[in-house]
Amino acid sequence: MTTLAQKIIANACKKSDVAPGEVVVCKVDLAMIHDSGGPRRVKPILEKLNRKVWDAEKVVVVTDHYVPIESEETRAIHELTKKWVLNQDIQNFYDQQGICHVVVPEKGHLKPGMFCVGGDSHSPTGGAFGAYMFGIGATEMAGVLATGEIWLKVPKTIFIKWKGKLNNLVTAKDMMLATCRKIGMGGGQYQAIQYIGEAIYDLSVQDRMTLSNMAAELGAQTGLIAPDDKTIDYIKSSGGLVPENWKSFRLDEPTSGANVNEFDASTLSPQIAAPHSPENSENADEFSNTVFDVAYIGACTGAKYVDLAAAASVLKGRKIASGISLKVAPASLKDEKQALEDGILKILQDAGAEFLPNSCGICAGYGKERLAEGQVCLSSTARNFQGRMGAPTSEVYLASPYTVAASAVVGKMTDPRKLMVN
Amino acid sequence: MSRLWLFEETINTDVLAPGFYMKSPLAELSQHCLEAVRPEFASKVKKGDVLLAGDNMGVGSSREQAAEVLKFLGISCIIAKSFAGIFYRNAINLGLPAFLLPKDSQLPKEFVDGSSVVFDFENSILFLEGSGIQINLDPLPAFLQELINDGGLVPHLEKRFDEK
Repeated sequence: MTTLAQKIIANACKKSDVAPGEVVVCKVDLAMIHDSGGPRRVKPILEKLNRKVWDAEKVVVVTDHYVPIESEETRAIHELTKKWVLNQDIQNFYDQQGICHVVVPEKGHLKPGMFCVGGDSHSPTGGAFGAYMFGIGATEMAGVLATGEIWLKVPKTIFIKWKGKLNNLVTAKDMMLATCRKIGMGGGQYQAIQYIGEAIYDLSVQDRMTLSNMAAELGAQTGLIAPDDKTIDYIKSSGGLVPENWKSFRLDEPTSGANVNEFDASTLSPQIAAPHSPENSENADEFSNTVFDVAYIGACTGAKYVDLAAAASVLKGRKIASGISLKVAPASLKDEKQALEDGILKILQDAGAEFLPNSCGICAGYGKERLAEGQVCLSSTARNFQGRMGAPTSEVYLASPYTVAASAVVGKMTDPRKLMVN
Repeated sequence: MSRLWLFEETINTDVLAPGFYMKSPLAELSQHCLEAVRPEFASKVKKGDVLLAGDNMGVGSSREQAAEVLKFLGISCIIAKSFAGIFYRNAINLGLPAFLLPKDSQLPKEFVDGSSVVFDFENSILFLEGSGIQINLDPLPAFLQELINDGGLVPHLEKRFDEK
């Protein structure tokens, strides 16, 4: 029996089947790059190789890291990016419209069975659409752009199974922080993770993206979820073309002897991960006296439409505590517009939120908007490494948008269910 | 003779190549390499030095500058108990050899931070200078050794395209 990962890889390397451990060369269906690891890094390499991109229709370029433009250096990066995109005849260019991992699916580029690479470690996000998508560095990306191919060691599939139903105010983010604690940041062993079980299929597509996205925090190469009707509805509503054979990618039975990690959604509580690793997670209750300065709803992991809606459901009719600043960077322009239409932005604003551009923002720590020395942040993002979001002495705790919002109201970290019973 | 830089903890990409300096030229970025955890590293490291790390070396971002700054600063090879996949591929693609300690093996306690070491690339052996103590590392798979021999992915592709 084959896994979803093996089926996609076999198709991509034009073999009838592949076995874990085998090294194969795959044809790439889509290569995504952004303004940091993209044109400014691959352009000199392609020039050296005297090659243009192998297939401009299969390349997607997004500017999201150096947004907003705030210096001569970052302006030069944007100018180089725009010129290169024109020069390479790339039509799929999304300039300052949001974070690549959210923009690429919302523009209908992903579908079940695709084999994709992205120039960013959170590229496994594409796994939520039944696509085998993984992150690579810029030199390797230049190789893909020159040849349309990449080598791969066929992975084993590690199954993360969530049975039962999630309780109110408990989310995909909590599932991931609990999984990080259980199997560790190296637990994915650079193999394929596949999320299965009823609690997974109960989630909306954007919530599933949070799971696939954080396969990166498990050290997996990708984080797959078999496609179902929800996946297909999302793709259709994004203007994407659904392959007729999509149901053939609905493979989610663990193979015999496979590594299956079981979790029970019905007993999961909201989680908070302490500095400086996502695996330092505990029930949010354990942190109930911890004070912080900045509440951040941001990034591909934690500021999609569903995340903004979750924060708003807590903040409706409430104000953030004095001494706390709440910063919100919607993950894409499209999600921000939807949130505006639905009154979600108004709720966040009335509660005291400050809005930042649709970009990687503080999570990447690339710009002037970052944490100061000694500042403590409670964040809906994926990664809380030392110094990532600012000064080396700053500290980042990770949680769901519900928990970040509720904690901002209370002024201390809290299980959001405590606030919401009142 | 080279200095051994020993890190017990997990080293992530964000401490190797801090985000705030990612817009800067490599020479400037490299001056901030590991400053959050080992502030003296960038100024003290010398050409040919060897970096030996614990589990999940290079976990985090796909930014290849995390490996590139180490190469720029003179690190001749990276050895780790385990590597994060993207970092490992990046190092090899940039022509920076990356070796795994054999599974379940213990690093001899004589190897400490600051030890003088000699690395034998041909046989993947790290020697502790003047002691007779050595660690045999897992050799690279043949196709990755070829990439390293060519000097990384770019020269490897140049060669491949020239042959056509």
